[in-house]
Amino acid sequence: MIEIKNITKRYGETAVVDDVSLTIAPRTVTVVVGTSGSGKTTLLRMINRLVEPTSGTIRLDGEDNRSLPGYELRRRIGYAIQGHGLFPHRTVAQNIATVPTLLGWERARIDAKVDELLQLFQLDPADFGPRFPHELSGGQQQRVGVARALAAEPKVLLMDEPFGALDPIIRAKAQDDLLAIQKHFETTVILVTHDMEEAFQLADRIAVMDKGKVVQYATPAEMLIKPATPFVESLIGVSERPYRLLAIEPVLSAVEPGSADGTAISSTLSQREALAELLWSGRSALPVADPAGAIIGKVSLEGLAKRAAGPV
Amino acid sequence: MRQLRFDKLGAIIAALALGGAFIAPFATFRANRIVAGEAKTIVESLPQPWSAAVLLVILVGVLVAAMRSPAILRLVAAFAALAVLALGIGVAASHLTPEGNTYARVSPASGFWVMLFAFGLLAADALTRLRPAPFMRIVVLVAVLAFVGMLLLSGTWDGLSILREYASRVDTFWAEARKHVTLALGSLVAATIVGIPLGILCHRVARLRDGLLGVLNAIQTIPSIALFGILIAPLGWIAANVPGAATIGIRGIGVAPAFVALFLYSLLPVVANTVVGLAGVPRDANDAARGIGMTDWQRLVGIEFPLAFPVILTGIRIVLVQNIGLATIAALIGGGGFGVFVFQGVGQTAMDLVLLGAVPTVVLAFAAAIVLDAVIEMATPNTRQAEAA
Repeated sequence: MIEIKNITKRYGETAVVDDVSLTIAPRTVTVVVGTSGSGKTTLLRMINRLVEPTSGTIRLDGEDNRSLPGYELRRRIGYAIQGHGLFPHRTVAQNIATVPTLLGWERARIDAKVDELLQLFQLDPADFGPRFPHELSGGQQQRVGVARALAAEPKVLLMDEPFGALDPIIRAKAQDDLLAIQKHFETTVILVTHDMEEAFQLADRIAVMDKGKVVQYATPAEMLIKPATPFVESLIGVSERPYRLLAIEPVLSAVEPGSADGTAISSTLSQREALAELLWSGRSALPVADPAGAIIGKVSLEGLAKRAAGPV
Repeated sequence: MRQLRFDKLGAIIAALALGGAFIAPFATFRANRIVAGEAKTIVESLPQPWSAAVLLVILVGVLVAAMRSPAILRLVAAFAALAVLALGIGVAASHLTPEGNTYARVSPASGFWVMLFAFGLLAADALTRLRPAPFMRIVVLVAVLAFVGMLLLSGTWDGLSILREYASRVDTFWAEARKHVTLALGSLVAATIVGIPLGILCHRVARLRDGLLGVLNAIQTIPSIALFGILIAPLGWIAANVPGAATIGIRGIGVAPAFVALFLYSLLPVVANTVVGLAGVPRDANDAARGIGMTDWQRLVGIEFPLAFPVILTGIRIVLVQNIGLATIAALIGGGGFGVFVFQGVGQTAMDLVLLGAVPTVVLAFAAAIVLDAVIEMATPNTRQAEAA
């Protein structure tokens, strides 16, 4: 649990972060979205005290984050940034081992952790461990950056536009990987981005920031149905709303009784993908299969259209 | 069809070497150390079959240089020609000097120097094309120095005028050599110990940077002789008024002002390169280092300093080569060093004595540059090499 209470950061007269309060539930992904200059990065950096707030408090599991020296606090909180920030003169294995080494872990435990993380990120430890960062592709560097952030098994992971430098295909894969890893370690993730698409893809809750204030803090569905301000509405994109709404829920919750012709669609895909399939194949309904392959009903254009409609 | 083709730089080298071999004189013979000498060609200076052998090797070298040829062949030809020149000038000295005459002087003449330059250029060019690893460059340097050392020890060059001058100054030569190296290296070490922390401070405190670098820049513009002069007054005052200062060697003239002047000149390259090196550390790496919980000290030692190190070493290389040269001037204020021979030689119009001071200085500076360049390359993280390739 992270409790941010009335946090403010001023540089001179301007308040970059202005009286923000948020409570972040453990083991969830919270995405802070905003335009550049909205204060989202400053808010993130106040959690691990890379930036000291002017006023207000931040508690991690009930403990004030100022009860420890800044560097000790930061060793307990994962931190990953855009452009990965790997140390160019250290190998991949040494990079990942940084925090465990700072914490004084035993050599064998560090090595085991590095191997485990590399494997988790689909990088062969024998092959990639001894390489230098410049010998990796952009996507691999980014994965190593996240692996390094997770090396000391932090309960909280802060990410500042971690996928900003990746091309769209690798970015989508990195986002999926992040969600899988987040479930695996049960980490509380707070991620900053300017990309609403990414926010909807990853977030359990989204906080939209504008001019230093959080203008709405809600689940993706709530945000779509009831945007708090015109700014949030414009950020979501009016023409994207129905598709985003469908993208949140899986096909499973849209299954209707009955049958349809043609190839079945998996119940774990999103409703948006089901809609795309319906439109592309020119049919009005598709059979739905559960993960085991058994047909459990159908999904129809009409049904999805109802679900995609906003509140009147 | 394969054709023999000319190499552009090689053709110039070949022309130079031919001119040195057949137009300019090879050695100069003088009845004593200060009279004008008579010039001798290769054939006149060397006994048969030495002259034929020297000419043959030089002609082969000229041919290899002029045509396009593999770099390794060019290197071998260049080193062979240089070795033959080195041996030949020694033989010429004993051949031209009448038996038992200790006043006569034989010294290399313009032809020798021109050929030395031409084949030296050929060797350097071949080495550049071969791109040897840093370690190999040091091996080549050591091999060349060992060859020269062997010639010196074997007595092959004993008849040469410069070694005649050396023979009459054996004791002072090594004492001055020690002073020279102590001055150049000692001021470098002092400047490194003071300069790197100053550079780190400048990097962290932006306001200090402009002021300090400005002052150091201003010092750099003071001519060396003037700086030596300026230091005489304050150091003399310290020696006279601070108890104990005189006993540890602080005086208005002598080693102390020379050391202080060299130290002051050394500060700018060390401080400036430290600042530039630290500024070149990627922002992301620094931010990540802080973000994952490194203390300022850990970040400095573990991230910033290693990444800035090659740039700092470049500053140290500049300082070392500069100091080896500048330490020559220290002789003017009684600081000793190879400059002693240079200024004595100038005073006596004895060129050989000037060379006795100048040649070791040049060799020292050259060797220091090669060694430090190799060390810099070895210290550079392979990221940079990969980007450069």
